[in-house]
Amino acid sequence: MESTPQFIGRSLYDLDDYSADEIMYILEAAKGMKEINLREYKKIPTLRGKTVCTLFVEDSTRTRMSFELAASRLSADVVSFQATVSSLRKGESLQDTVNTLNAMGIDLYCIRHSSPGSPQLVHKYSGKPVINGGDGRHAHPTQALLDIFSIWERLGNLKGIKITIVGDILNSRVVRSDLIGMTKLGMEVTVCGPRTLMPANMEQIYGCKVEYDLAEALKDADIVMGLRMQLERMTEGLFPSLEEYSRHYVLSKETIKFAKKDALIMHPGPMNRGIEILPEIADSEQSIIVEQVANGVAVRMALMFLILGGKL
Amino acid sequence: MTTLIKNGIAYINNRFSRRDILLKNGKIQRIAQTINVEKVEQIIDASGKYVFPGFVDIHTHLRDPGQTYKEDIASGTRAAAHGGFTTLCTMPNTEPVVDNIASVDYVQRRAKDLGSAKVYVIGAITKKSEGLEISEMATMKSGGIVAVSDDGNCVQNAKLMLNCMRYATNFGLPLIIHAEDYNLSGNGQINAGKVATKLGLSGISPLAEEVIVARDIMLAENCGAKLHIAHISTARSLELVREAKERGVKVTCEVTPHHLLLTEEACLNFDTNTKMKPPLRIEKDRQACIKALKEGIIDCIATDHAPHADFEKTREFDHAPFGIIGLETAFPVLYHYLVKPGYISLERLIEALTSAPVRVLNLPENTLKAGNPADITIIDLDAETTFTPESILSKSKNSPWMNQTVSSKVLYTFLEGRQTWKAE
Ligand SMILES: [Zn+2]
Repeated sequence: MESTPQFIGRSLYDLDDYSADEIMYILEAAKGMKEINLREYKKIPTLRGKTVCTLFVEDSTRTRMSFELAASRLSADVVSFQATVSSLRKGESLQDTVNTLNAMGIDLYCIRHSSPGSPQLVHKYSGKPVINGGDGRHAHPTQALLDIFSIWERLGNLKGIKITIVGDILNSRVVRSDLIGMTKLGMEVTVCGPRTLMPANMEQIYGCKVEYDLAEALKDADIVMGLRMQLERMTEGLFPSLEEYSRHYVLSKETIKFAKKDALIMHPGPMNRGIEILPEIADSEQSIIVEQVANGVAVRMALMFLILGGKL
Repeated sequence: MTTLIKNGIAYINNRFSRRDILLKNGKIQRIAQTINVEKVEQIIDASGKYVFPGFVDIHTHLRDPGQTYKEDIASGTRAAAHGGFTTLCTMPNTEPVVDNIASVDYVQRRAKDLGSAKVYVIGAITKKSEGLEISEMATMKSGGIVAVSDDGNCVQNAKLMLNCMRYATNFGLPLIIHAEDYNLSGNGQINAGKVATKLGLSGISPLAEEVIVARDIMLAENCGAKLHIAHISTARSLELVREAKERGVKVTCEVTPHHLLLTEEACLNFDTNTKMKPPLRIEKDRQACIKALKEGIIDCIATDHAPHADFEKTREFDHAPFGIIGLETAFPVLYHYLVKPGYISLERLIEALTSAPVRVLNLPENTLKAGNPADITIIDLDAETTFTPESILSKSKNSPWMNQTVSSKVLYTFLEGRQTWKAE
């Protein structure tokens, strides 16, 4: 395995910058990485001498660990910078921070930030490739890639596969990236949630189906994905209570019956068991939620490998 | 100082005719087919060039006092002259807010001492523009303000707004509103629509503007106030204005160059120079603005010149301030994108930049007529202008047209006969 010039030095802001073929190439590379992760000795020397920086201006231990593990398995050095938006606001600007980090010789940035478009800014400030690890509600392309990888690995193909994504669509960066990637690869996506949590113009932008009724949305689904429902949305006047939300939109043994038999269950995590998904489903045979996490490391390894010009 | 402008195509009585124009003692002394004078200090050959009354912007933020790192009265009026403007009306949202006579005096005095343009002051509607108590409008009026506005803010309390209208009307002051319902706009960054969904940015619903436009039209209708709606941006707002005008309500409105030329699509690359309030809307709204400007439902064009420093704008989109500069780009971009392709006539554009804003705020007449102040700009429509950080005279460079080249070029600007701009 070897990177190709089309990937080297290239940023990943969202999946719309990548063609279907390029996405498949990344998935193939991730497959190779996954094999490495199953070895007894899980480390290859391909990115020795390269430095990867995780720049997290919003808390997410899981995603940061996944990026850092991916980098170290490829033998890259890892620098980790963590801040909160408020601390960044008080003192240094994002620009100051990136200038400082850049002076230390960073080759690749993996950024998580609450502001949409900040990965582009980091690239502008640094001139280095940037992997978007989630920017506000805008995009989370590595999550989308690992979602797609998990489906592809399980089902062997993607074309015509029907997935229904249920929950707080409005505030989900995962959904936005999933929609771009999945529709690009021929999957049929339905999104479902109450109208107050559904952004405008979804069908026109993404070519997906929008349903407000769970039973209707789950019909014929090969895969069902739940999304984290956050309590803050209540104070924003978007829904009245978690109980009422749960009553209408929870993924349970009972509601999942509307989907295809043995439909796969996914969730980008972290889960609120009992709110958007019941344990009977989250921990069932059908669930591939734990696999998603493992695949996340493989997909991020593949991206770093391709962007930094790795050889195997 | 006497200047003779020879052979220019002058805008007189809403038409263009070839004329010589003699400027003397700050006034237009004569306009005739041919003027031959022996003693004149400067003769400008304006053959093939257009001679317009100096442009009038009734919505300018000069940031002085308080935020002079963004702009000050000297730099802002120099930028005005560069753009062909000779008259500005300044919005009161400075630091401190112009809600008292001392601040009015300050702006007027600085403008008189340093200004490359005439500056009329707009006072605040409420103290500190906080929307809680009526400002001392009458005192400020005696100090020379031409209107009141809480621009940048919007009085949310309808009862207080009604009282402000009644009080302003008592002293003959028009009210200029920035129509925004805060609950509806919330933490919105750009227009609530396709692009906001795609980019994951919070949206500002058109309703945030429209419900206040509807409310304030009803309030003004109730008490007979003279209401001017700043930077109108949606098709539905324009419908409301059209209906109100038909009923005889004393309502006028302005549109900015950016709402005439750009839509939310411009935000797709996270350029913070496409972030302003009201936000760039959709194509349907833009078309409605052009149509309304043609038909006179929109009275005039105003720039909403809103300078912000580079370090404020070059940052995360949702942390960057709202607003763009406009004085130096307004005429060239409007000529290039609206007049040249034939969407509106040159006559209408000039009217919307000169006599129409004068009428809206009842400012002194500024047409090309003997006896009027010699406020004049000379423009070459066949030349080109490239906007660069070096060419822009405003202290701030926050423009979506930066580094673009458009047709037309402002060659000269005269303020009361004094040359305030001359192109290289
Ligand atoms: Zn405003």
